[in-house]
Amino acid sequence: MKRLPIQPRTLALLAVLIPLVALFVYVALRSGPLAPVPVTVAAVEERSVAPGLFGIGTVEARYRYQIGPTAPGRLKSLAVEVGDAVEAGQLLGEMDPVDLDERIRAQQAALKSAEARTREAEARHDYALSQVRRYEPLLAERAASEEIVAGKRSELRIAEAALNGTREELSRLRAELKALDAQRGHLRLEAPVAGLVAAREIDPGTSVVAGQTVLELIDPQSLWIDVRFDQINARGLAVGLAADIVLRSRGEETRLPGKVLRLEPLADAVTEELLAKVVFAELPDPLPPLGELAEVTVDLPPLPATPAIPNAAIQRRDDQLGVWRVVDERPEFSPVELGAADLDGWIQVRRGLAVGDRIVVYSRAPLSPRSRMKEVETLQEIRP
Amino acid sequence: MISLAGRDILHAWGKFVFTGIGLGLLIGVTLSMAGIYRGMVDDAKALLDNSGADLWVVQQDTLGPYAESSSIYDDLWRGIRGLPGVAEAANVTYLTMQVRRGSEDVRAMVSGIAAGAPGTPGWPPFLIAGRQITRGHYEAVADVASGFKIGDRLQIRRNQYTVVGLTRRMVSSNGDPMVFIPLKDAQEAQFLKDNDAIHQQRRRTAENPAFNRPGVPGLLAAINASQSANSNVNAVLVRVKAGADGAATAETIRRWKRLQVYDRKEMEGILVGKLIATSARQIATFLVILSIVSAAIVAFIIYTLTLGKIREIAVLKLIGTKNRTIAAMILQQAIALGLIGFVVGKIVATFWAPHFPKYVLLMPLDSLRGFFVVVVICVLSSLIAIRAALKVDPAEAIGG
Repeated sequence: MKRLPIQPRTLALLAVLIPLVALFVYVALRSGPLAPVPVTVAAVEERSVAPGLFGIGTVEARYRYQIGPTAPGRLKSLAVEVGDAVEAGQLLGEMDPVDLDERIRAQQAALKSAEARTREAEARHDYALSQVRRYEPLLAERAASEEIVAGKRSELRIAEAALNGTREELSRLRAELKALDAQRGHLRLEAPVAGLVAAREIDPGTSVVAGQTVLELIDPQSLWIDVRFDQINARGLAVGLAADIVLRSRGEETRLPGKVLRLEPLADAVTEELLAKVVFAELPDPLPPLGELAEVTVDLPPLPATPAIPNAAIQRRDDQLGVWRVVDERPEFSPVELGAADLDGWIQVRRGLAVGDRIVVYSRAPLSPRSRMKEVETLQEIRP
Repeated sequence: MISLAGRDILHAWGKFVFTGIGLGLLIGVTLSMAGIYRGMVDDAKALLDNSGADLWVVQQDTLGPYAESSSIYDDLWRGIRGLPGVAEAANVTYLTMQVRRGSEDVRAMVSGIAAGAPGTPGWPPFLIAGRQITRGHYEAVADVASGFKIGDRLQIRRNQYTVVGLTRRMVSSNGDPMVFIPLKDAQEAQFLKDNDAIHQQRRRTAENPAFNRPGVPGLLAAINASQSANSNVNAVLVRVKAGADGAATAETIRRWKRLQVYDRKEMEGILVGKLIATSARQIATFLVILSIVSAAIVAFIIYTLTLGKIREIAVLKLIGTKNRTIAAMILQQAIALGLIGFVVGKIVATFWAPHFPKYVLLMPLDSLRGFFVVVVICVLSSLIAIRAALKVDPAEAIGG
């Protein structure tokens, strides 16, 4: 009874000290390496995985016509602007002929003079022929000497040769005129097909070299997407597969349908990508500009249902890929053999897990076989 | 036998406990400081652990990729992959930058990870939400400390990325949260300029007569294309086959590939010994000063507590109490004060540690060490108080 007056004080002190010690024990066990690791657990599901391939590419035209002169010269005029639709054969522009017209006129005059010379040769030939025809009967009747007739025959042959010479000259001049006309024609820049003027590289007055592009035409009906798929993720890419196209300017919401038209036989060795061409099922309106970035998702046919897990569960431990299986509330590492994966993060498990196995999907820290775990719905960090 | 120290504490327990709590706050600060230092070292190690690599292949004569910039061609990994003993080789890029989200931006280390599947070196080893990257472009996995949420759109240079997964404790050696994006995008982000810069560069090239010759159509386009291409990465992460000799593989790469190779130990040496050395020493110095200050304060507290009851001690002496008993009383009180202080310190340090912007790692071993240091300091500081108590004249009990 002697110590009774002190007891309330002792109680008060204990009331402070005991919670303090309890808090200390809690803190020591709940933080640091002794603390259990919060994890979220899911069961292995039987589900069908529909693998998808994701690539990016640019909008390109299948047919591009680069129009320019065949000979060096100066551009005289251009009749079209970028964005104009043109018909096949339409005059797009013209090169400066410089002296070509004059040369054609000179050629025409030379042709005419050659024609005159031909007519002259014909007249000489006709006269020589009539002389021969007149003297030959006279020789038969012995009214003319043999010498005179031989002279007339020789004159006829000379006239024939002259006539042939002038005719050949005439056809040479005609061919030359044709060549000049053809050259003149090539100074006209014409549209080879109906299309859209995509670029106008040079303006009138500029000197251009042979083969330089002046105008570029595209066939707007032939737009496709030149897509690149990383080789490591391109398993199953094939012609005819359906594709989803997202154009950068139109955003995620506008998904345009398309399909894989062609797989390029040559891959890009430097960037480690496969190249493919994807066409729109229906051309978008307005047309996307060439060179616009496009994201292409190719959906492969769904595979038969197998055990599948989220890819977040996969971890590497000592050279092996696997997942942490929950066995008696303890983590146990199970190596797995993985199959196909889809773009939503599901991945097939070929070996190592069975449907219904409980596996760790997310953990707050890396696990080890000695870790203690605490199952939670969502980890504390991402709770709102 | 009654405990003199216990009786004395009970006599003014409120004062005693509050002094202990005050001391505890001070010890908490000291423990946190140690935690900050440990956290810093752990950040550096986390970076290495998370890369999942055994060897880091970087540019010759550099300490890259973390401590120095390193730049190697992105097709070198193929040659390395073919060497004996190499299980996996993967390109990686690192770039610390401001990542934009809407109108604000977050400082982050953007890491470009090679295409492949989870488990490839460089990939985040575990997630706390969402999924790993499945598309080859425009997806990101971010550290939760960056503040991003699943579905957020973030902008890195010219491209927008969707956050598909969140991870934790993926930090650079500076403690900046990491953002993982596909390698090809990261190469662009790292080496490509912004639109304005590209536009300006094209204009400059076009104005340079050497690059834009009238007689050579197509030259300008070719030069522009070559200026915007990038085929470099910062490092190749190599995982060595189980049982293979990593040192021999490293030597082969060094000798025949003419590249610098670091193993885990060397990399840790570079990060801890060079990259964070100054900041770590800064904190270590402060920790030492803080410990000295704490020791001094503990000594003052015990001294003043003893001086406060000097009259009672004189009475004890007067009634013939042994010096040993008085000394034991002061010593026990000092240790009890130290214990309360340590417990409170440990508790508060644990509770405020998560609120630090950077990682604070409170190691149990550090706490244990701290505990012994606290006890030793208390014992030492009680010596001064004991000396003062023993020197007191018993006559003071009645006189004065």
